[in-house]
Amino acid sequence: MTCRELIDFLMSYLDGELPAKQQQSFEEHLAVCPECDSYVASYRTTVHLVRQVCSETDDGVPPEVPEDLVGAVLEARRAAS
Amino acid sequence: MEPSAQLQTPNPINEAALLAGLRDGEDEAFEALVRTYGGRLLQVARRFVGAEEARDAVQEALLSAFKAIDRFDGKSKISTWLHRIVVNTCLMRLRRQKSRPEQSIEPLLPSYLEDGHRAGPGPDWESPERILRRTQTRELVHEAIDRLPENYRTVLLLRDIEGLSGAETGDKLGITTGAVKVRLHRARQALREILDPHLRKGTV
Repeated sequence: MTCRELIDFLMSYLDGELPAKQQQSFEEHLAVCPECDSYVASYRTTVHLVRQVCSETDDGVPPEVPEDLVGAVLEARRAAS
Repeated sequence: MEPSAQLQTPNPINEAALLAGLRDGEDEAFEALVRTYGGRLLQVARRFVGAEEARDAVQEALLSAFKAIDRFDGKSKISTWLHRIVVNTCLMRLRRQKSRPEQSIEPLLPSYLEDGHRAGPGPDWESPERILRRTQTRELVHEAIDRLPENYRTVLLLRDIEGLSGAETGDKLGITTGAVKVRLHRARQALREILDPHLRKGTV
Protein backbone atom coordinates (compact mmCIF):
# COMPACT_ATOMS: atom_id res chain seq x y z
CA MET A 1 0.00 0.00 0.00
CA THR A 2 1.38 3.44 -0.94
CA CYS A 3 0.97 6.59 1.16
CA ARG A 4 -1.56 7.83 -1.38
CA GLU A 5 -3.64 4.67 -1.09
CA LEU A 6 -3.46 4.82 2.69
CA ILE A 7 -4.81 8.36 2.68
CA ASP A 8 -7.54 7.37 0.20
CA PHE A 9 -8.64 4.57 2.52
CA LEU A 10 -8.27 6.55 5.73
CA MET A 11 -11.91 7.44 6.34
CA SER A 12 -13.07 3.88 5.66
CA TYR A 13 -10.38 2.65 8.05
CA LEU A 14 -11.48 5.02 10.81
CA ASP A 15 -15.11 3.98 10.24
CA GLY A 16 -14.08 0.31 10.54
CA GLU A 17 -15.25 -0.38 7.01
CA LEU A 18 -12.09 -1.77 5.41
CA PRO A 19 -12.05 -5.47 4.51
CA ALA A 20 -9.73 -7.47 6.82
CA LYS A 21 -6.96 -7.84 4.24
CA GLN A 22 -6.86 -4.13 3.40
CA GLN A 23 -7.01 -3.24 7.06
CA GLN A 24 -3.95 -5.37 7.66
CA SER A 25 -2.00 -3.71 4.81
CA PHE A 26 -3.12 -0.32 6.14
CA GLU A 27 -1.85 -1.05 9.63
CA GLU A 28 1.41 -2.56 8.35
CA HIS A 29 2.11 0.60 6.34
CA LEU A 30 1.17 2.86 9.23
CA ALA A 31 3.53 1.02 11.60
CA VAL A 32 6.57 1.80 9.42
CA CYS A 33 5.65 5.20 7.92
CA PRO A 34 5.96 8.15 10.33
CA GLU A 35 4.67 10.55 7.66
CA CYS A 36 1.39 8.67 7.30
CA ASP A 37 1.16 8.26 11.07
CA SER A 38 1.48 12.02 11.37
CA TYR A 39 -1.14 12.54 8.61
CA VAL A 40 -3.63 10.23 10.33
CA ALA A 41 -3.16 12.08 13.63
CA SER A 42 -3.71 15.48 12.02
CA TYR A 43 -6.77 14.20 10.08
CA ARG A 44 -8.28 12.98 13.35
CA THR A 45 -7.46 16.31 15.00
CA THR A 46 -9.16 18.15 12.11
CA VAL A 47 -12.41 16.22 12.63
CA HIS A 48 -12.20 16.76 16.40
CA LEU A 49 -11.58 20.51 16.01
CA VAL A 50 -14.50 21.01 13.64
CA ARG A 51 -16.91 19.23 16.00
CA GLN A 52 -15.54 20.90 19.11
CA VAL A 53 -15.41 24.46 17.75
CA CYS A 54 -18.86 24.33 16.17
CA SER A 55 -20.53 22.73 19.19
CA GLU A 56 -18.93 25.33 21.49
CA THR A 57 -20.34 28.07 19.27
CA ASP A 58 -23.79 26.48 19.28
CA ASP A 59 -23.85 25.74 23.02
CA GLY A 60 -22.28 29.00 24.20
CA VAL A 61 -24.01 32.28 24.90
CA PRO A 62 -25.75 33.17 21.64
CA PRO A 63 -24.74 36.42 20.04
CA GLU A 64 -27.25 39.23 20.08
CA VAL A 65 -29.55 39.40 17.13
CA PRO A 66 -28.81 42.51 15.07
CA GLU A 67 -31.61 45.00 15.71
CA ASP A 68 -32.17 45.60 11.99
CA LEU A 69 -32.71 41.87 11.48
CA VAL A 70 -35.33 41.82 14.25
CA GLY A 71 -37.01 44.78 12.55
CA ALA A 72 -36.89 43.13 9.13
CA VAL A 73 -38.35 39.85 10.39
CA LEU A 74 -41.17 41.57 12.28
CA GLU A 75 -41.92 43.74 9.25
CA ALA A 76 -41.96 40.72 6.93
CA ARG A 77 -44.39 38.95 9.24
CA ARG A 78 -46.70 41.97 9.36
CA ALA A 79 -46.58 42.21 5.57
CA ALA A 80 -47.39 38.51 5.23
CA SER A 81 -50.35 38.51 7.61
CA MET B 1 -43.20 45.22 33.32
CA GLU B 2 -45.50 43.81 30.67
CA PRO B 3 -45.57 40.03 30.26
CA SER B 4 -44.20 40.31 26.73
CA ALA B 5 -41.10 42.12 27.95
CA GLN B 6 -40.27 39.21 30.26
CA LEU B 7 -40.21 36.89 27.28
CA GLN B 8 -37.49 38.96 25.68
CA THR B 9 -34.92 37.85 28.23
CA PRO B 10 -32.90 35.17 26.41
CA ASN B 11 -32.35 33.04 29.52
CA PRO B 12 -34.22 31.44 31.08
CA ILE B 13 -37.04 31.31 28.59
CA ASN B 14 -40.40 29.90 29.47
CA GLU B 15 -40.95 27.70 26.44
CA ALA B 16 -44.52 26.77 27.31
CA ALA B 17 -45.56 30.41 27.64
CA LEU B 18 -43.75 31.32 24.46
CA LEU B 19 -45.40 28.48 22.57
CA ALA B 20 -48.84 29.43 23.85
CA GLY B 21 -48.25 33.02 22.75
CA LEU B 22 -47.09 31.91 19.32
CA ARG B 23 -50.14 29.68 18.89
CA ASP B 24 -52.37 32.62 19.79
CA GLY B 25 -50.62 34.70 17.12
CA GLU B 26 -49.29 37.26 19.61
CA ASP B 27 -46.90 39.82 18.14
CA GLU B 28 -44.95 39.91 21.40
CA ALA B 29 -44.39 36.16 21.36
CA PHE B 30 -43.08 36.28 17.80
CA GLU B 31 -40.72 39.10 18.71
CA ALA B 32 -39.51 37.11 21.71
CA LEU B 33 -38.92 34.12 19.43
CA VAL B 34 -36.80 36.24 17.07
CA ARG B 35 -34.81 37.82 19.89
CA THR B 36 -34.26 34.61 21.81
CA TYR B 37 -33.22 32.32 18.99
CA GLY B 38 -32.25 34.63 16.12
CA GLY B 39 -28.58 34.98 17.08
CA ARG B 40 -27.96 31.26 17.24
CA LEU B 41 -29.87 30.61 14.03
CA LEU B 42 -27.76 33.25 12.33
CA GLN B 43 -24.60 31.39 13.40
CA VAL B 44 -25.90 28.15 11.92
CA ALA B 45 -27.06 29.79 8.69
CA ARG B 46 -23.70 31.56 8.22
CA ARG B 47 -21.93 28.22 8.09
CA PHE B 48 -24.17 26.98 5.29
CA VAL B 49 -24.84 30.02 3.11
CA GLY B 50 -22.29 32.63 4.22
CA ALA B 51 -22.78 35.85 6.17
CA GLU B 52 -24.47 37.79 3.39
CA GLU B 53 -27.31 35.38 2.79
CA ALA B 54 -27.63 34.14 6.37
CA ARG B 55 -29.93 36.98 7.40
CA ASP B 56 -32.41 36.25 4.61
CA ALA B 57 -32.27 32.55 5.43
CA VAL B 58 -33.00 33.22 9.12
CA GLN B 59 -35.86 35.53 8.22
CA GLU B 60 -37.35 32.92 5.90
CA ALA B 61 -36.89 30.18 8.52
CA LEU B 62 -38.53 32.18 11.31
CA LEU B 63 -41.50 33.08 9.15
CA SER B 64 -42.03 29.48 8.06
CA ALA B 65 -41.65 28.33 11.68
CA PHE B 66 -44.34 30.79 12.72
CA LYS B 67 -46.67 29.56 9.98
CA ALA B 68 -46.04 25.95 10.99
CA ILE B 69 -46.36 26.51 14.74
CA ASP B 70 -49.55 24.45 14.95
CA ARG B 71 -47.68 21.46 13.56
CA PHE B 72 -44.94 21.72 16.21
CA ASP B 73 -45.74 18.92 18.65
CA GLY B 74 -43.64 20.28 21.51
CA LYS B 75 -41.78 16.98 21.93
CA SER B 76 -38.44 18.61 21.14
CA LYS B 77 -37.17 21.96 22.38
CA ILE B 78 -38.13 25.01 20.35
CA SER B 79 -34.41 25.63 19.70
CA THR B 80 -33.98 22.13 18.20
CA TRP B 81 -37.06 22.57 16.02
CA LEU B 82 -35.90 25.97 14.77
CA HIS B 83 -32.39 24.66 14.18
CA ARG B 84 -33.81 21.98 11.87
CA ILE B 85 -35.94 24.51 10.03
CA VAL B 86 -33.03 26.88 9.44
CA VAL B 87 -30.79 24.05 8.15
CA ASN B 88 -33.53 22.94 5.72
CA THR B 89 -34.11 26.54 4.63
CA CYS B 90 -30.39 26.97 3.91
CA LEU B 91 -30.28 23.72 1.91
CA MET B 92 -33.28 24.86 -0.12
CA ARG B 93 -31.60 28.18 -0.85
CA LEU B 94 -28.40 26.42 -1.92
CA ARG B 95 -30.41 24.18 -4.26
CA ARG B 96 -32.07 27.21 -5.82
CA GLN B 97 -28.66 28.71 -6.63
CA LYS B 98 -27.39 25.58 -8.35
CA SER B 99 -26.74 27.43 -11.61
CA ARG B 100 -23.48 28.73 -10.12
CA PRO B 101 -20.36 26.97 -11.44
CA GLU B 102 -19.08 24.29 -9.09
CA GLN B 103 -15.75 25.12 -7.44
CA SER B 104 -13.04 22.47 -7.66
CA ILE B 105 -11.62 21.04 -4.44
CA GLU B 106 -8.51 19.66 -6.18
CA PRO B 107 -6.22 22.61 -5.32
CA LEU B 108 -7.00 22.00 -1.63
CA LEU B 109 -6.19 18.28 -1.62
CA PRO B 110 -2.78 16.81 -0.72
CA SER B 111 -0.42 16.34 -3.66
CA TYR B 112 1.66 13.22 -4.29
CA LEU B 113 4.91 12.23 -5.96
CA GLU B 114 4.90 9.66 -8.76
CA ASP B 115 5.81 6.87 -6.34
CA GLY B 116 2.72 7.58 -4.20
CA HIS B 117 4.52 9.43 -1.39
CA ARG B 118 2.96 12.67 -0.21
CA ALA B 119 4.74 15.73 -1.59
CA GLY B 120 6.31 17.90 1.11
CA PRO B 121 4.95 16.36 4.32
CA GLY B 122 5.43 18.73 7.24
CA PRO B 123 6.05 18.33 10.96
CA ASP B 124 3.51 16.81 13.35
CA TRP B 125 0.69 18.95 14.72
CA GLU B 126 0.37 20.11 18.28
CA SER B 127 -2.04 18.15 20.48
CA PRO B 128 -5.76 19.00 20.10
CA GLU B 129 -5.82 20.18 23.74
CA ARG B 130 -3.06 22.68 23.12
CA ILE B 131 -4.60 23.84 19.84
CA LEU B 132 -7.98 24.37 21.52
CA ARG B 133 -6.41 26.43 24.32
CA ARG B 134 -5.38 29.02 21.77
CA THR B 135 -8.07 31.65 21.24
CA GLN B 136 -7.44 32.14 17.51
CA THR B 137 -8.29 28.47 16.87
CA ARG B 138 -12.04 29.12 16.69
CA GLU B 139 -11.69 31.77 14.03
CA LEU B 140 -9.15 29.70 12.13
CA VAL B 141 -11.46 26.68 11.99
CA HIS B 142 -14.51 28.73 10.95
CA GLU B 143 -12.50 30.45 8.21
CA ALA B 144 -11.17 27.11 6.99
CA ILE B 145 -14.72 25.69 6.76
CA ASP B 146 -15.81 28.79 4.82
CA ARG B 147 -13.04 28.21 2.28
CA LEU B 148 -14.36 24.78 1.28
CA PRO B 149 -16.28 24.60 -2.00
CA GLU B 150 -19.98 24.61 -1.22
CA ASN B 151 -20.73 21.00 -2.25
CA TYR B 152 -18.08 19.76 0.13
CA ARG B 153 -18.78 22.21 2.93
CA THR B 154 -22.45 21.24 3.01
CA VAL B 155 -21.63 17.53 3.36
CA LEU B 156 -19.09 18.25 6.11
CA LEU B 157 -21.61 20.40 8.01
CA LEU B 158 -24.38 17.82 7.78
CA ARG B 159 -22.19 14.83 8.67
CA ASP B 160 -19.61 16.15 11.14
CA ILE B 161 -21.53 19.00 12.78
CA GLU B 162 -25.24 18.29 12.41
CA GLY B 163 -24.54 14.59 13.05
CA LEU B 164 -26.65 13.22 10.19
CA SER B 165 -25.88 9.73 8.86
CA GLY B 166 -24.50 9.22 5.37
CA ALA B 167 -27.93 8.06 4.14
CA GLU B 168 -29.75 11.04 5.70
CA THR B 169 -27.22 13.44 4.20
CA GLY B 170 -27.60 11.79 0.78
CA ASP B 171 -31.40 12.12 1.00
CA LYS B 172 -31.23 15.80 1.87
CA LEU B 173 -28.82 16.57 -0.96
CA GLY B 174 -30.17 14.15 -3.57
CA ILE B 175 -26.86 12.28 -3.89
CA THR B 176 -25.82 8.68 -3.17
CA THR B 177 -24.33 7.57 0.14
CA GLY B 178 -21.15 6.78 -1.81
CA ALA B 179 -20.94 10.36 -3.06
CA VAL B 180 -21.47 11.60 0.51
CA LYS B 181 -18.49 9.52 1.65
CA VAL B 182 -16.22 10.76 -1.11
CA ARG B 183 -17.13 14.39 -0.48
CA LEU B 184 -16.78 14.09 3.30
CA HIS B 185 -13.31 12.54 3.05
CA ARG B 186 -12.18 15.19 0.56
CA ALA B 187 -13.64 17.99 2.66
CA ARG B 188 -11.76 16.75 5.74
CA GLN B 189 -8.53 16.37 3.75
CA ALA B 190 -8.90 19.89 2.35
CA LEU B 191 -9.56 21.30 5.83
CA ARG B 192 -6.47 19.51 7.10
CA GLU B 193 -4.39 21.11 4.33
CA ILE B 194 -5.79 24.59 5.06
CA LEU B 195 -5.14 24.24 8.80
CA ASP B 196 -1.76 22.52 8.43
CA PRO B 197 0.56 25.58 8.31
CA HIS B 198 -1.12 27.03 11.43
CA LEU B 199 -1.17 23.97 13.68
CA ARG B 200 2.27 22.40 13.30
CA LYS B 201 4.43 21.93 16.39
CA GLY B 202 6.13 25.16 17.27
CA THR B 203 3.51 27.38 15.60
CA VAL B 204 0.85 27.05 18.29
